[in-house]
Amino acid sequence: MCAVYHKYLRLDHLPHIWCPGCGNGIVMGAFIRAMEDLKYDQNEVVVVSGIGCSGRISGYLDFNTLHTTHGRALAFATGIKAAEPRLKIFVFMGDGDATAIGGNHLIHACRRNIDMTAIIINNCTFGMTGGQFSPMTPKGKKASTAPYGTVERNFDIPALAQAAGATLVARVGIYQVNLLRELIVKASHHKGFALLEVISQCPVNYGRRNQMGDPAEMLEDQKGIIKSAGLGQGLENYFGQIFQSEQPEFIEEYNKMIVQAQKKGGCDV
Amino acid sequence: MVKPKLMQGNECCALGALAAGVRFFAGYPITPSTEIAEIFSKELPKLGGVFMQMEDEIASLAAVIGASLTGKKAITATSGPGFSLMQENLGFAAVAEVPCVIVNVMRLGPSTGMPTLPAQSDVMQARWGTHGDHSVIALAPSSVKEAFCLTVRAVNLAERYRVPVVLLMDEVIGHLRERVVFQPDEKVVQWERKQCLNPKSSQPFEETADGIPPFFSFGGEYRHHVTGLVHDESGFPTSQREGISRLIRRLHYKITQHLSDIVQVEEFFVDDADVLIIAYGSTARSAQAAVVRAREEGKKAGLLRLITLWPFPEKEVSTAAVNKKAVIVPEMNMGQLALEVARVLPDKNLLFPINRVDGELVTPDEILSVMGRIY
Amino acid sequence: MSKLWKVRLSGKGGQGLITASIVLADAAIRFGKNAVQTQSYGPESRGGACRGEVIISDQNIYYPKISHPNLLVCMSDTAVKTHAGFLAGDGILIIDETLVTQTRPIKSQFYKVPITGLCREKLGQDIYANMVVLGAIIRITEVVPENVVLETFQDYFSLEMLETNLQAFTIGLKAGEKAIKRFGEFSA
Repeated sequence: MCAVYHKYLRLDHLPHIWCPGCGNGIVMGAFIRAMEDLKYDQNEVVVVSGIGCSGRISGYLDFNTLHTTHGRALAFATGIKAAEPRLKIFVFMGDGDATAIGGNHLIHACRRNIDMTAIIINNCTFGMTGGQFSPMTPKGKKASTAPYGTVERNFDIPALAQAAGATLVARVGIYQVNLLRELIVKASHHKGFALLEVISQCPVNYGRRNQMGDPAEMLEDQKGIIKSAGLGQGLENYFGQIFQSEQPEFIEEYNKMIVQAQKKGGCDV
Repeated sequence: MVKPKLMQGNECCALGALAAGVRFFAGYPITPSTEIAEIFSKELPKLGGVFMQMEDEIASLAAVIGASLTGKKAITATSGPGFSLMQENLGFAAVAEVPCVIVNVMRLGPSTGMPTLPAQSDVMQARWGTHGDHSVIALAPSSVKEAFCLTVRAVNLAERYRVPVVLLMDEVIGHLRERVVFQPDEKVVQWERKQCLNPKSSQPFEETADGIPPFFSFGGEYRHHVTGLVHDESGFPTSQREGISRLIRRLHYKITQHLSDIVQVEEFFVDDADVLIIAYGSTARSAQAAVVRAREEGKKAGLLRLITLWPFPEKEVSTAAVNKKAVIVPEMNMGQLALEVARVLPDKNLLFPINRVDGELVTPDEILSVMGRIY
Repeated sequence: MSKLWKVRLSGKGGQGLITASIVLADAAIRFGKNAVQTQSYGPESRGGACRGEVIISDQNIYYPKISHPNLLVCMSDTAVKTHAGFLAGDGILIIDETLVTQTRPIKSQFYKVPITGLCREKLGQDIYANMVVLGAIIRITEVVPENVVLETFQDYFSLEMLETNLQAFTIGLKAGEKAIKRFGEFSA
């Protein structure tokens, strides 16, 4: 197994910057194992990331990698995919990255149903800047900018993505690491915009403020976090549950339009 | 196309981009640049290219940069409010050295301002709009035909210097329709970005003799990392002080050591002139009219028309200003380029700015009246 | 050297005056002249103040805007109020008699043409008024020969729209003819 990691990691750029107990490494590990299943040529894969702790994933993985501006990862990825559709695109974002500053890009990527896999690592906080509350911090939880607990509600990412038009949506807990690997494979095989929300933990900047114990205890408590978000009934089954539908994919539809336009013909240049 | 044709500035801009090899456009509708997007939406699919209408201008430039990273020539077009939103990713393109062209058809601001009225008030924003020290090139066309030629040049400069290039058109030129003639011997020359030939002996952000690193494209044979963080020559983040300084300095000198290739000005009766007008964009047309009329009256006026605004043509301006009794700088703003002119003039008292901020083009009469007062 | 024309077509958004100014500029270029066309309009697609301008010359045209037109067409009261005062001393003023309520002569070369009325009466719709205007201009000023304008039409109108626009143009030519006669009586 070690050889697999070596194949997909830029070893000279390790060790990573993440704190002990962070979930980002677990997600990266699952991603690498999924790559081993998918067997893509590394030159044909682009990993795009935003800003924040999760944004650093792109630097450690040995593919074409792009570490973009905060929240804009999906917009950059859209340009790459539209310009070079044969490339396989994976986008990593944090919860603040994807749902706060990048919320608009997120819903429009869903709406376009452009063929790529987006992974939101949700640790319920802006970890890199020191633990401010994010749109994914459950109501009442403490953050460096919510010393009395947040008064805002959080998003339900899968519901948001589904309503916005994403055609594969799933939520998975970080302890379900084998399921995560399977979902990444499934998402990549899916034709259209696939979004995975991975519930992760930030023991240093979120857990510590909310007396959630050590990383292992936080993993234990994950189901509870989702429950406290007030996401409706049957939450125990929410992990790994998949919404999938077949809808026209952006690149395919665009190519149809090209055929139509070229029939009309005659460029002025 | 030898036959004279009535063409619009925005139209020529889009056609120039296509002629320069642009095959990717992403943008967001905004007056007065929208015609550019409309033409791309019609023509790019015919050429197998990509037109994307994004959710905002931030996403537009992000998509353009993404496309450019795959090796495609890519462009976006906007106006002031959209240009403000693009500043974030303009900085990314500057530090990650991703070739791209941003057309800004300037309208009166700040904020929503006057969407349909012209201004030239984004001159400083084009240079310093994004945070941090960075390099940028900005060009300003004064005619419809020049909108074509300078768009071609903007694409070429972006590719050659791996830098964002801003085409600063104003609403007057963007919407102007006039007679355009392309001679049969006029050919569009395309410059290509320097490609990485051997990854073993070169790095994606290496310090080459000309300051411009070879380009590794996504989907090519060599994998690499692109980041908006300060990075070393390999492209990976660095916090090593020397490496940080080396990158920021190189971003500057890769432009400043090629001024002779980048900077263009046009002289109009400058040599024997007593009074020099320095103008750009549509205001230069008023200045030309003023020079012609002044000469008819026996007054020795001349015009130095700036085609390249950034890097500022310091040498050309200071040379042209030698022995002049006065230097008039008409602009549709409160005096932005005038600040640069003042910086290089030997005597600041020689400078006479004319500032119009009511959404109307400076008239030749206004320039002549200032000239009358001083000469 | 023939005359330098500074044409301003003023009225409201939706009257098609910007299109008319574009067709005029294009025709002038086909005729071998130099021409520039500019426009000024507000946020409204319909109803706001709007103008299209054309300069036609044998020389280079540097300054592309018009301070004092020598041919002014006004298609609304507001247009008369805003622009008539800027008409050059020897300029021609054409007003749409249907829409402009103030019809006493403002300048010596003053032509009244019931542009919108004719359009409505003969073609059943106002939307072709811009080509009626163009017809009237061509007959009154002869700035560009009629056949060159007709040739230009092919590039601007789809086959379905071409016929009616040609009719509108012809209506304008005739109306221009009539206005010249009225002007004759008027000045006599």
